Amino acid sequence: MKIQILGTGCAKCKQLTENAEAAAREAGISYELEKVTDIAEIVKFGVMSTPALAVDGKVKLVGKVATPAEIKPLLVQA
Amino acid sequence: MSPFAIFDWFARWLVTSVFGLDVESHLGASIHFFFYDVPKVMSLLLVISFAVGVLQTWLQPEHVKRWLGGRKTIFGNILAACVGIVTPFCSCSAVPLFIGFLKGGVPLGVTFSYLISAPMVNEVAVALLWGLFGFKVTAIYVGFGVALAVLGGFVISLLRLEKWVEPFIWQIQAGNLEDDGSQPQMALEERIRLGWASSREIFASVWPYIVVGIGVGAGIHGYVPAELIVRWAGPQNPFAVPIAVILGVPLYANVAGVLPITEALVGKGLPLGTVLSFTMAVTALSLPEMVILRKVLRPQLLAVFIAIMTAGIIGVGYLFNTLMT
Repeated sequence: MKIQILGTGCAKCKQLTENAEAAAREAGISYELEKVTDIAEIVKFGVMSTPALAVDGKVKLVGKVATPAEIKPLLVQA
Repeated sequence: MSPFAIFDWFARWLVTSVFGLDVESHLGASIHFFFYDVPKVMSLLLVISFAVGVLQTWLQPEHVKRWLGGRKTIFGNILAACVGIVTPFCSCSAVPLFIGFLKGGVPLGVTFSYLISAPMVNEVAVALLWGLFGFKVTAIYVGFGVALAVLGGFVISLLRLEKWVEPFIWQIQAGNLEDDGSQPQMALEERIRLGWASSREIFASVWPYIVVGIGVGAGIHGYVPAELIVRWAGPQNPFAVPIAVILGVPLYANVAGVLPITEALVGKGLPLGTVLSFTMAVTALSLPEMVILRKVLRPQLLAVFIAIMTAGIIGVGYLFNTLMT
């Protein structure tokens, strides 16, 4: 599974990355994590508030730092 | 009776009964100032950021983009400025937001109206102004802020400055978040939960500034003589407003720390219009935001934007000071 963190690299993006990794570990999912920092790429996703989280290319969360508990169901669903 | 009377009562009780001081004494006045303002501002901040946090769940930027798309008249500017009052704004989101709006067909001037009003009229500034200066001053601040956002954006659209947007933006392929029904309508409970979460988050990040700011303000309130302030920054000094604006620019994100200080200064004779200008400069003319916006604006457009904002903010200060005297 591919997890993408969309954000230009502020503190919130880092926190979301950590939370997403924690959620994936907890769910026992093997994943590949990519940080999308290029603004043109972020806009391509249609995202306007960062940080955002995409799973397998689909945006799941926009503009907030979700907790691992909030992220986990999004990963399991996908 | 003021809704904050209970805090006043508590602070008086603390000064007279616990510390055994006179409220009119230097130390007593400082302690009263601190213990009256801290709970007042903190409770306002919690309530306002909660209310705004709940409202925000209806105003995601992706929706706002759809409402503002193609609105070419001044009504677009008015709508954008009003939406900006209650929308979240984080300077790290300014660039994707700016590009998303432009690519979504929102005119440049309308985008600017939003970009001016969103950071200027934010919950932290509103809670502080309300707690420290009262509802009337807050309403005036919001009114002037929205007017500035409408006019600033309108002027930018009249000048037709699209040519000074960084050209790479027009080439970007912007996507749309698909609305395939996979994201169900949020229940009210969920909105309340999100509002509460954002309220706590804001509170956690600004409370130390509020405590320190009110602490410094309390010291000024009790000990700095009024003649000093009036002589340097009083109504007779015609340069006080522009100086306040220049001082405000590097104080980004510290509105919580600096406003309580200005409250103490107003008590010593600093004119309110000067404070309004100062607050606007802190929130809307922030240095980091300018650096971020430079990624999408060519220097000419950034300069026009800064010039319009500076002139507008200084104008608000003079206008208010003149109306009040």
